[in-house]
Amino acid sequence: MASASADSRPAGADETARPSGKRRTTGEPAAPQESVAQRPAAAPGPAAPGSISPRPAPQVPTAPKRRAGRSGSLTRLLWTLPPIAVLGLVFLYPLYLVVEQSFHPDEGGTSLAPYREVFASEAFREALWTTVWIAVGATVGCLILGFVLALIIAFVPFPGGKAVAKFIDVFLSFPSFLITLALLFIYGTVGMANGVWTDATGAASGPFDFLTTPWGVLLAEITYFTPFVMRPLLAAFSGLDTAQLEAASSLGARPARIIRQVILPEALPALAAGGSLVLVMCLNEFGIVLFTGAKGVTTLPMLVYSEAILESDYPAACVVAVVNIAISVSLFGLYRVVVARTGRGATSTLSKGASRVGA
Amino acid sequence: MLVHSRTGRWATWIVFFALFLPLFALPLLVIVAASFSTHWSGAFPSGPTTEHYGAAVRGESLEALTTSLITALTASVLALAVGTWAALAAAALRRRGKRVVDALFMLPVAVPSVVVGLAVLVAFSKPPMLLNGTRWIVILAHGVLVTAFAYQSVSAAVTRLDPAYEQAAASLGARPWLVLWRVKLPLLLPSLNAAAGLCFALSMGELSATMMLYPPDWMPLPVRIFTATDRGSLFTGSAVAVVLMGTTLLVLLAVSRIRTRASYR
Repeated sequence: MASASADSRPAGADETARPSGKRRTTGEPAAPQESVAQRPAAAPGPAAPGSISPRPAPQVPTAPKRRAGRSGSLTRLLWTLPPIAVLGLVFLYPLYLVVEQSFHPDEGGTSLAPYREVFASEAFREALWTTVWIAVGATVGCLILGFVLALIIAFVPFPGGKAVAKFIDVFLSFPSFLITLALLFIYGTVGMANGVWTDATGAASGPFDFLTTPWGVLLAEITYFTPFVMRPLLAAFSGLDTAQLEAASSLGARPARIIRQVILPEALPALAAGGSLVLVMCLNEFGIVLFTGAKGVTTLPMLVYSEAILESDYPAACVVAVVNIAISVSLFGLYRVVVARTGRGATSTLSKGASRVGA
Repeated sequence: MLVHSRTGRWATWIVFFALFLPLFALPLLVIVAASFSTHWSGAFPSGPTTEHYGAAVRGESLEALTTSLITALTASVLALAVGTWAALAAAALRRRGKRVVDALFMLPVAVPSVVVGLAVLVAFSKPPMLLNGTRWIVILAHGVLVTAFAYQSVSAAVTRLDPAYEQAAASLGARPWLVLWRVKLPLLLPSLNAAAGLCFALSMGELSATMMLYPPDWMPLPVRIFTATDRGSLFTGSAVAVVLMGTTLLVLLAVSRIRTRASYR
């Protein structure tokens, strides 16, 4: 996947790039400066009349910019306004409208009635509970499975391990609902697993019938989100000095002890970051639940969809949306804090999440 | 090397593939297998056919494919423009200001995409900005969803830029515009490229916000897959899904080829 190679690079590069960059500027200044020097030197000729003139140079280059003080920082602030204005128009203002509408019942006026109504309904409470337990369960599953798989790829290397890592990148670039579609063929009523069972035992129908229950959603989410835990873990493991492992094992430590005392402490930041990201993504997952097509499994995003599109009850949909936003934004904030604390792999982990959140 | 004995290593690898193959490789294989068959009532699919692909690249499905491609392309270009501008402007700010811009542009990631769809639907169904029912509402929502990722990857690349280059250019008298155009943007080209691929792949597979918004004459591929499987035609749905995966992979491959060329320059 395109993001893959670019993202896995920064994690390691972060530590190495800075020193080497510094070395380059002090140690051998000639090379990089020359290449840059040539460009601007040639540039004023052809470029000056056309491309620069649209805006008559507002300020002087870097060094004086700092001295320019207040007016310089004001200009810089002004330059951030256009993109923020665009974002405000197409995202922040619509979001505000959702919150506003959640206080306006269909009968008119401003009241908490929609909230009272929604909170009192059995469907909402059940959806909230289903969402939370599936998300927590899937996160725990992803963490365990991702840790085991990443551990083997990193520390019990086998030929083809690189290909497996590449496959995981590709996997991440596909939308989530494909997994549910595939599970229909594997565990569906006439699917593979049941087919094998009926062929082997001669029974009329197979034992696998969990796809339309929450367990089917759980399996699909664990399958789809495990790679999001594995990527940051693999990045963290590649930074681990194998000499530590050799030393520990030469001193007689068994693999279990090495994992617990050497590898796990090193992996904790990546586990925390990956885990909290997966938790947020599971809370917001829609495609998997929609494709399951189960009446029995309703999560908060599903409830938003059915209230708004199927029942056209916008105030109720907005109330559920506000609850959903509150949960996931606070968790996402927590995730950002965790990543900022641990520092390492911050940029890479997020882009890994990237490929997911859209679907 | 964590396990030293030969048998131990083999045992570990067997555990790995026993987990990895059925969980990750099998689903994709099964979709491909299903797209070539007419029946699946047993251990293996039966009735090999390429008929579904005939249906998948004609009529409604072909329309869905072009719809998805146009949507993804437009949304990616818009998101890259806004995201890159914001990232470059934020990098010049002080720490506090950058944090605020960061938080604002990361917010669409934290908000569930169904809710992004709902918000766009609520905001753009009223006269001053009436987009509901047109293709632009879908493109707009996709743009919002992927802008965060464009911003995030460009922003990460900007902080890794060696300031020596722009300082050198500026000290030689290049104006800020020239520094941006001839020094910074060329240096950022590889990450812009990666961001473009990421945005494109995300937009191609976007389902949740699209389900809230799509007008009948602008139905992207994921919605088409859903309507097909919802009606019970699982095999046609699989063929369309394979087309979706193939197109995404092809575009990603093309983008990464351009990237290698750009980074060698």
